Amino acid sequence: MDAGLFWEWVIKSLIIVLMLTAGFAYATLYERRVIARIQVRIGPNRAGPFGLLQPVADGIKLIFKEELTPAGADKVLFFLAPIITVLPSLVITAVVPWGDTVVIGGRVIRLYLTDINVGILYILAVASISVYGIVLAGWASNNKYALLGGLRSTAQMISYELALGLSFVGPILLAGSLSLMDIINAQKHLWFVVLQPAAFLLYFLASLAEVNRAPFDMPEAEQELTAGYHAEYSGMKFALFFMAEYIKMIAVAMIGASLFLGGFMGPFVDRFPWLGPVYLFLKVAVWLFVMIWLRATLPRIRYDRLMQLGWKVMFPLGLLNAVVTAFVVVLVGG
Amino acid sequence: MALGTLIVFAVLGLVVAGSAIGMLVSRNAIYAALFLVLNFITVGVLYLILGAPFISFAQVAIYAGSIMVLFVFVIMLLGAEQLPVQEPLRGQRWIGLLAGVLFLLEAGAFFYLRTSAPRWAAEIGFGFESPVVVGRMLIEKYLLPFEITGFLLLIAVVGAIFLARLDTPVKGTGLGRHAQIGERKE
Repeated sequence: MDAGLFWEWVIKSLIIVLMLTAGFAYATLYERRVIARIQVRIGPNRAGPFGLLQPVADGIKLIFKEELTPAGADKVLFFLAPIITVLPSLVITAVVPWGDTVVIGGRVIRLYLTDINVGILYILAVASISVYGIVLAGWASNNKYALLGGLRSTAQMISYELALGLSFVGPILLAGSLSLMDIINAQKHLWFVVLQPAAFLLYFLASLAEVNRAPFDMPEAEQELTAGYHAEYSGMKFALFFMAEYIKMIAVAMIGASLFLGGFMGPFVDRFPWLGPVYLFLKVAVWLFVMIWLRATLPRIRYDRLMQLGWKVMFPLGLLNAVVTAFVVVLVGG
Repeated sequence: MALGTLIVFAVLGLVVAGSAIGMLVSRNAIYAALFLVLNFITVGVLYLILGAPFISFAQVAIYAGSIMVLFVFVIMLLGAEQLPVQEPLRGQRWIGLLAGVLFLLEAGAFFYLRTSAPRWAAEIGFGFESPVVVGRMLIEKYLLPFEITGFLLLIAVVGAIFLARLDTPVKGTGLGRHAQIGERKE
């Protein structure tokens, strides 16, 4: 390992973290503007041109807010919970490629941080760790509503993790690899959403539940739980939960686009490799738009219905899809 | 061993041992569970450094991410965070300590009284860690143990459902006999 490679990794990691953080800031603005349009309002348009400085204003506001720690809270875990929530969401996209290779100053640079042969497993491992922050936040607040919100979201995330994992099986079987780069390369001519519509639907619904988005935003049910696990958080600690939620949205959109929509693949990407990140960005933007659209349109699903959907519909469907795909792959000789 | 490797292993080893001890001595069940999670993740990192990413991420996803989440969930649901000050099994601490010392003595005796020089384990060929090779091993060479393990897990699932199942459903309520008995008491 030479020093150049080391710095390349450091710079790529920095780019990922900075892009995700900037993406979080502008995803909030994107969401507010789109929802406003759907509800025939205008949305935030005062700070800067088209309201582009609104995230900055929000950030400054949150920094100057008073931070409260409840007297009965578990101080250590109350402090750690937001950090434990943000870290997995920042590292989960490390295995998602944004392009092939480019040449900068005579040096061949790969447009991805790493391409490990168990990339999908890495994603599952990190996703399963991200539950801790939420459940610990609920418990450490020493507040009944926060605890109930935390427990609800834990139960929801554990239940939908199964369907999420099973939805990965389809693309894995078709590509014959656990590496995201191989899965994207296998979609050069045909996106897997065409071959695996059931897995795509499963992934989409399970990922909505996994990042606690509407119509599965049960952990944040304002009416019943006064906002759920983050009820006692304020200031920058609250902002970290907010940040984790939006970064997770971007992450599931990136992973979903790579698994089912061809990732960075698109016309002319062979000749102009810089188009790769552009295509990925566009796909993520469309995916986020659909998520926001759903939030503006659908009411929240009832909790028992949500569990029923997860365990009695999506889980068996995922198993069936895995079995059928495996049979077809063996018969066709993939 | 190079100095850098030694430092990395020393730090990781200290975290592994420290989190294991922390799990044993903490009087709060949530903290004990979190120490165990830290232990599992650090052991996963050790696997990763040893060149076994498949085992490493499986360890993190299954032990740290699924089993321990359920532990934490149950502890919070039952409100059983505070462990009792009085131990249910009296004197187990001393027996445990004695067993630990005996084990250390045995390991030391084995190391110092050995007759042959210590050998490194035979190095495994490159590519052994890839999921394709692991999968082939499981399906071809170790098919029977693999199937038996799967069958055992299936039996455990069926047993759990049988234990949790309500005996006879009560018409119209969707509830079983236990709920009916509870209603009568009121």
